[in-house]
Parts: sequence; C-alpha cells; structure tokens
Amino acid sequence: MLLFLLRRIGVMILTALCLSFIVFFLTNLPPNLEKIAKYEGNARMSDEEVAGWLENNGFNQPTLVRYGEWLGVVPGWTNDRGDRITGRCITGDLTAQTAPARCGILQGHWGESRVFRDDVSNIVAVRLWMTGKLMLWVMLLMVPAALIIGVLAGMREGSKTDRTLSTVSIATTATPEYVSGVILIAVFASSAVGLKWFKGTATSAMDNATFENFFLPVLTISLYGMGYIARMTRASMAEVMTAQYIRTARLKGVSFRNIVLKHALRNALIAPFTVIMLQFPWLLNGVVVVETLFNYKGLGWALVQAAGNNDIDLLLGISVVSVLVVLVTQLISDIGYVYLNPRIRIS
Amino acid sequence: MEPLSWGQIALQLVIRFIPVWVALIVTFTLSIAYKRKLGLYGKLFDNTIGMVGFVLVMFWVYTALAVGVFDMIMTHDPLSTALGMKNEPPGTPLRSPDEGEFAYYLLGGDTLARDVFSRMVAGAWVVIRIAPLATLFAFMVGITLGLPAGYFGGKLDSALSFLANLILAFPVILLFYLLVTPEMVQTGIPSYMAVVLFLFPIIFLAVLINSRYRTQPPKRNVMLALLILVLGWVYLSLISDPETRVAFLPPWLDLFNIPGGILVVFVSVVFVNAPTVFRIVRGLTLDIKTRDYVAAAQTRGEGAWYIMLWEILPNTRGPLIVDFCLRIGYTTILLGTLGFFGLGLPPESPDWGTTINQGRKLLSIYPHPAIVPAVALLSMVLGLNLLADGLREESLKD
Repeated sequence: MLLFLLRRIGVMILTALCLSFIVFFLTNLPPNLEKIAKYEGNARMSDEEVAGWLENNGFNQPTLVRYGEWLGVVPGWTNDRGDRITGRCITGDLTAQTAPARCGILQGHWGESRVFRDDVSNIVAVRLWMTGKLMLWVMLLMVPAALIIGVLAGMREGSKTDRTLSTVSIATTATPEYVSGVILIAVFASSAVGLKWFKGTATSAMDNATFENFFLPVLTISLYGMGYIARMTRASMAEVMTAQYIRTARLKGVSFRNIVLKHALRNALIAPFTVIMLQFPWLLNGVVVVETLFNYKGLGWALVQAAGNNDIDLLLGISVVSVLVVLVTQLISDIGYVYLNPRIRIS
Repeated sequence: MEPLSWGQIALQLVIRFIPVWVALIVTFTLSIAYKRKLGLYGKLFDNTIGMVGFVLVMFWVYTALAVGVFDMIMTHDPLSTALGMKNEPPGTPLRSPDEGEFAYYLLGGDTLARDVFSRMVAGAWVVIRIAPLATLFAFMVGITLGLPAGYFGGKLDSALSFLANLILAFPVILLFYLLVTPEMVQTGIPSYMAVVLFLFPIIFLAVLINSRYRTQPPKRNVMLALLILVLGWVYLSLISDPETRVAFLPPWLDLFNIPGGILVVFVSVVFVNAPTVFRIVRGLTLDIKTRDYVAAAQTRGEGAWYIMLWEILPNTRGPLIVDFCLRIGYTTILLGTLGFFGLGLPPESPDWGTTINQGRKLLSIYPHPAIVPAVALLSMVLGLNLLADGLREESLKD
C-alpha cells in the first residue's frame, strides 16, 4: 500500500511538472512576450526596443532556464545596468545584496499579476476561497441529489420510476452549463418574461451569499454533473440488486426497504465515490463557464481574465492550482477505491 | 402588418421545416420496413428511447444539409441586418420587406438586428460539419495508439498512458485558451499539431490495408498506392494554408483551404477528445486480447497488426459505436464552449456557442436570442445521448 502510494505521488509530481512546463512554454512564446513588452512599455515600440526590453527583463534566456527560475530551482537572473542592478528577485526594498538567489513558487514567490497589479498568491487565495464556497454548495446539492436519483432508479431496474429518472439524468448530462444557465436565467431571473424568483447575477454573492443570488449558479453546475453520477449509481445499484445475498435476504423475508437501506446501499456506493472524485476536472470547467455567465469573481473568472489578457504569472498560478486540485482528487479517488474495495485492499 | 401570434409562429416553423419532415418520414418508413435486414441499426427501431434520439439527431442532420447544401429553410441571410429589427420579439414583421422576401422574423431579431431563426439553422450546418468529423479524427488517433498500447503493453503502454493522462489532467478551457489565440496561431503550433494529428487517419488506413493484403503483394501495392496518393494529396492540401506557417504547396496543387479559425478549433477539439478514446480502446484491447480467437490467430502466425485491426477492433465495435454517439455530443458541447468564450470561430459566425455568447449580455431583458440556440444545442446533444443509450441497450441484448 505504501509503495503504491509513493509511486502514485511520484507520477503525480512528474505530471504536475510536465503540465506546468507546457503552460509555461505556451504562455512564453515570442508573440506573447512581444505583447507583454508592448503592454509594459508602450504600444508603438519598434522591434529593437522590444528586444531590448525583453533582454533587460530577463526574457531572453532559454525557456528551460526561465522555467527553472519560475520554479525556484535556478538562481534568478540579474542585470547590471551600471548604476543599479536589477533582477528577478530584486523587488520592493530588496537590493542586490539582500535579495535571495532563488525566488520561484517553491520559495513562495508566485510572481505579480500584470492586470490586477497584485501578488498572484493573494489573488489566487482570494479567488480560490470564492470558488471553494461555490464548490462546497455544489457538492452539497449535487451529491445527495444524484445518489438519491441513482438509488431510486437502480433499486427496481426497468420500472417506470427507473425509466423516468434515467431519462432525466440523460437530459441533465446533455445540457452543458452555458445552456442550462441561459435557460434558468431566462425562466427564473429574466425581468421581461421570467418569474423573477432569483437574481441573474451572483456578484453580490461574493460577500453575502443568499438563496436568492446564489442558488442559480449552484444549480447550473450541479445539474450537469448530477446526471452522470446518478447514472453510475443506478448501474452499480442495479448490479448489486441482482447479487446472491440480496436474493437470500429477500427469501428470508426482509422487507424491501430494509434490503435497500441495509444490504444494498453500502456496496452500491463504492463505484459512485470514485466517479464523484473524478468529476472534479469537469466541475472546474463548469466553474469557469458559470462564473463568467453569472459574473461571480472566482478562480474561473480570474482564469478567463488572465488568459484573455496574457497575464503570464497569474495564468501559471491558476493552472498550477487547478492541475493540483485535479491530481489530488485523482489520488484520493485511487486510494479511496483501494480502501473501500476489500478485494483489492487485501491482495 | 400585425405581428404573428404564437400559434402562427409554430405553424410557420412547421412549414419552414417541410423538407426535413419529408426526409424524416422517408427515412423512417424505409428503415422500419427493412429493419430485420439492417443489423444493429434496424434494432434501434425496436427501442423507443433510441428512436426518439434518432429523430432528434436526424432532424438536425437534415436541417443542416437542407441549409448548407440546398439553401432551403433559412428565411433570411444569417449575417445581414434589417432596419428596426434590433431585439424585436418573435413573430415581428419586417418594416419594409423586399419583393419575395419572407416578411417576418419568426423567432425575433438579435442585438445586431439579424434573424435569430436563420442564424439558428445556419448554426446547425456549422456544427454538423465540424463535430462528427472531429470525433472521427479523434477516434482514428485514439484507435491507432490505443490498440498497440493495449496489445503490446510494457513501456509503450506506460509512455502513451502517461501522455494521455497528462492531457486529461488539463482543464479543457485552459487548454483552449492556450491553443486558440491569435498569438498561438501566429507561432504555427496549431498547424504543426494538425500536421501530426491528420497523419493518423492515413497511417490507420494504410496499416489496415497492408495487414489484410500482405499475402497478396500485387493487390496490396495497387490499393496502398491509390490510398496514399489520394489521401496524401487531401492531407497536404488540408494542412497547407497560405495564411499559416505551414504553406508549401503551390496554389494550383492546393485543393482547398479551411476558412480562418476552423482548423485551429478542429485540431484542439481532436486533441482534447483523443486521450479519452485512447483509454477506452486500450481497456477494450486489454480485455479482448485474452480471448481464444486471438490466441488462435497468434497460433496461425498472423502479424500483430492483423490481429489488432482485424481480430480485436471489429469485436470492440459495440462499445465504440455507443461512445462515438456520446462523443459527438460532447464535441458539440466543446464547440459551444469555444464559441461561448469567443475563441476560434469568427465573432459573426452563426454557430450556437457564439450566438449564445452574444445573446447572454442582454439575457434578462431579451432572452430569445440566447434561448433559441441554447434549445437547439440542447436538443441535438440530448438526441445523441438518447441514441447512444438506445444503441447500448440493443447491443447488450444479444
């Protein structure tokens, strides 16, 4: 078990390194750097001026070296301009003597956002908290609803309830967030024809989340993931209900209610657990769409801003966080699966 | 003129879609009449859910063909604007219709006073052209890599699986934002990716033919030469585009150029889908390679690629067909996501995602410009999902 865990974590770190390098490489291609130079300097810089600016700011080194600097394993660049020394780590009050040699994300320096003019670590922390709040409510709504639908559909396979609930779950998986969000806003929040029960934007939910302004975004994300989990639960429940020990319990005269609640449920919930964990990458997509649609300024919204404005450090920071979230949930799902399933745990 | 009532709008819509109804009725009569002879496709007509899905899918396929090929159904040009029709509700008559022009905006006008209905049906043509083809390419890539990974195992498997997991761990939207930007197109990376990804169908088909007719060299040589000549030419004209970095064919040899942005969108959608297909094919191969008929073929001395492509692949068709339907739906969703973030396709493009994105800004005041494409996209993806569900149920029966 320990060896398995160590190997998994090793692969995970390798994956994270590869992914962050890919993002680093793609955001640091020459046209992007040129855009940054013109953004920081002025828009009508000549090609020589751009090249000069890039050289003065350490952008002309090989990509691999710069990736190392960003990561914090290679000493940051310094540039002796005669009167003063500039460098990657020489910021604020620090001078060339007092500045640390390396400053990358391993040392906690995430860089500075060029759009928001703030430390990336601050932005990511604030936005992550916002998104965390959203995700928490999504989980609280989505998981129980999906499990109930799945169990109700799976306990009597082929019945009318099963058919109806299965069709409903297919319909929700077929509705991406930007479709369900648009429809929900039009029906429940539109000032022209709608019911006006909820608000069509969640901006006010950032400080003060109420049912009125927060329910629609939560529902929009939940709906898309719900159908998938419900179908997995249904399949696993239907399989358990045909098992020998359920038949035995039935022949002993145990009531149907008790069979479902005491005998079937526990075994039927192993498979959905992994599925719920593997839903996280999908939920992240949903979060980006919904935060844009409802103007809720979380991590997804920040991702769109960073990518749209070529804000390299912020984009890298957000990618690292989201990739880590995905990889950690995969790890938890693997461990959980091994732990919950005695057949694998013992062998 | 008076605006149309909702009943009249519905009636007009039914009339506009007459070519589609005719095509649907013909398809269904023929299919139900011969359903016992049509294999899995015929069995679909025993399944209510599958049939409902099939109707929805074929509705959009026929609509797209009628709009794109025969120029029917559409009432107005999807890009042209009309005076005073900005954000008008469904059924509004045009102020001064030209002679012979359809006098109403059936589903209203959008923020730029274009006809919502015409844009919706024109969007079907964009989606139907890209989604199935992109899915097919993703399947070619996934199959060509997944079969050897599952069959040979070992280091090859570990390396390919690691790569697939790498792509899968990426949040899709981040990948889109990184790949589908003007700067990225300028560097030529999507074009180079196209060079690699579009090579897979040729490899796949060449290996398919080679492994089958290896023992009859004359026949094989003719077939391979033909295949490589025709597909190779199509491949070269596909990837060579004077506006990108990959432009080497002289214009008189270049058969066609893909219009701006579509190639990039296509490549990124294939790139996102291929790893999942790879994982499915690899899993199925791992399962099937232990079967007796594979052992028999190995004993006969068949080559590895023959076994993979002619023994294992045909036996994975059930799950693969089902997944193909689901994946077209997922590709449609991805295309919509790209449009929703305004990536790739030009901003005036009538595809559903872009239209939703434009409509959402005034959503709470004028919902119809966003609702119409949203419902269209929903019904098509729902149709594909129901179709896949029906196919799965029917293929499990025997």
